Amino acid sequence: MSSTPAQRLWQRRLVLTLLLAPALLWLFALIVLPHIDLALLSFRTRSAPRHYQPSLTQYRTFFTEPLYWHIFVRTALLSAVATTLTLVIAFPIAWVITKVAQGRTSALLFVVCLIPFWVSETVRALGWLILLRESGVLPALLVKLGITTVPVELLYHDATILTGLVYTSLLFMVVPLVSSLESLDNSLIEAAYDLGANGFAILRDIVIPHAAPGITAGCIVVFMLTLGNYLTPNLLGGKNSQWFTELIYTQFIVRFNWEQGAAFGFLLLALSTTMVALGLRLSGQRFVDVMRRS
Amino acid sequence: MTTPDLEVDSLVKRFADYSAVDDLSFTVERGSFFSILGPSGCGKTTLLRMIAGFIAPDSGDIRIGGNSMQAVAPNRRPVNMVFQQLALFPMMSVGENVAFGLARRGMAKEERSRRAAAMLERVSLGGAAHKRVDELSGGQRQRVAIARSLVLEPTLLLLDEPLGALDLKLREHMKIELKQLQAAFGTTFVYITHDQSEALVLSDHVAVMNRGRFEQRGTPQDLYYEPATAFVAGFVGANNRIAGHVTGSSGDIAEVATAQGWQVRARKSGAVAPGAAVEAFVRPEVAVLERAAALLPKDHPHHAGAVQSLLFDGANSAVLLTEELSRFEFRVALPQTGRFADLKVGERVFFSFDPARAICFAAADAART
Repeated sequence: MSSTPAQRLWQRRLVLTLLLAPALLWLFALIVLPHIDLALLSFRTRSAPRHYQPSLTQYRTFFTEPLYWHIFVRTALLSAVATTLTLVIAFPIAWVITKVAQGRTSALLFVVCLIPFWVSETVRALGWLILLRESGVLPALLVKLGITTVPVELLYHDATILTGLVYTSLLFMVVPLVSSLESLDNSLIEAAYDLGANGFAILRDIVIPHAAPGITAGCIVVFMLTLGNYLTPNLLGGKNSQWFTELIYTQFIVRFNWEQGAAFGFLLLALSTTMVALGLRLSGQRFVDVMRRS
Repeated sequence: MTTPDLEVDSLVKRFADYSAVDDLSFTVERGSFFSILGPSGCGKTTLLRMIAGFIAPDSGDIRIGGNSMQAVAPNRRPVNMVFQQLALFPMMSVGENVAFGLARRGMAKEERSRRAAAMLERVSLGGAAHKRVDELSGGQRQRVAIARSLVLEPTLLLLDEPLGALDLKLREHMKIELKQLQAAFGTTFVYITHDQSEALVLSDHVAVMNRGRFEQRGTPQDLYYEPATAFVAGFVGANNRIAGHVTGSSGDIAEVATAQGWQVRARKSGAVAPGAAVEAFVRPEVAVLERAAALLPKDHPHHAGAVQSLLFDGANSAVLLTEELSRFEFRVALPQTGRFADLKVGERVFFSFDPARAICFAAADAART
């Protein structure tokens, strides 16, 4: 049975649509719809029980209440610091995996990075609690070594939150870095070395420009994960960790103020979008290229 | 006498189970084009990478311009390398590629772009400085890679099979260009290749390398006409290799008989005892082809054979014969006159060669290859 080109085109489109249908349905039902509803929620205020009217009160509250502001900026800054730290730690790891270790060793190192993810994030965070709490392993060790006289509380510091966040995000940085460093031809490094470059110049002029898409992709993923992380800041930072996701949680669950929570949610979304756009602009890259190449 | 640009002294590099470079010593004179020719795995790349400084030798010394290179890092050696895959930096423009080494020396921006532009001009790429590397053709990239090294005015330029990735036509063209560039710059080139034609065409001196050692060093003419070992005879240029044993000898000419009883005569190289197993080598262009035995030179032994296949290749045309007595496959170059243009497969022909221009080696030597 023969069909006209127009029919064939139509058939191809139908097949494509059917194949994409589950993903599109997922996207629409679980991401687009709830967000539309949340957006509507965030732009209204309750005037009386079961009576709502459109207003910008929720957003105004955010801008007039210094505590909210403070937590918002703090979350953004700490996330940026965590992302930078993750990059600095993950880069040498990715370098060793791709350029130094050979064959099995390289695969083994990669698995070592993966292993922590076999355990749920909650259990891992609880593991950190056991290590770091006042009666935990590390403070006891410090006393034994004579570094401190009494056990110190290592939990509930910003540094603790950062440690947890970096630990949680490491793999998401290592993977894109490994894939972008793998495609770096070793002879480029040798050629630069041969032409008189030292290690720093090679890193700056050859390795980083080549790995830029991987670095950007890793930073975007890690930044988003960190910004939206609830569990790790809450467990390691305690009640005073002042992470923006906690604020959202409080509004929705504790205060039952969904309108305020929705507004905070959108502010967080705006923050992550802005930061990603800024990062791409600064590194002179396009989002589509970064996602394709890494 | 000036110091040689490169002196290699008892250089040794062993890997787990074999010697890549086995007690090698040689010198390369200033301004010469020196090639190291060998099959893959002969150790030539290891040797080149030791000169560049990427691999440390187990023992021995490398002196460049009279200075020992022990404990001198690759980025501090007066040596630059043109890589097999060229290794141009894709993240930089052509001009930035050429200026890269100058920038590393801390030269000011205007000065280095001026020098890079001048160097690109010299390799006929003037005005290409702003282009991206992937906008260039294979031959142009080749020239950028050479310009990038030569702009640093190295004592020695190392070239690691730089023509290997090019197609045949471009390779032929680049051969000529490389030779002209070397003559124009006067820089000492050390070139490694497995392609004997590249080595012969380009070099002032060639070393044939095998199993970590030099089999022979000499001018391309020496290697071609006076091979020192069976390996060189077999590796450099086309050759008919005839294995047999010595049945007699007169002066420096040995009588060699193959296992099938075919008798040929060839000049002895080194000690060739009567009865010893030998390998004789006859170049295709040394043999003379005729349709009648009477037309062949009177003073050389005559052989007969049937045409097995015709290998037409313009000026390099040859014919494969099957020798009558031994069924030995023998290659004869066809004369340029087109006299044998009508040769047919299966036709009976006669050939002979001057025994003085054939050469035989004791087979112990041959067994090593």
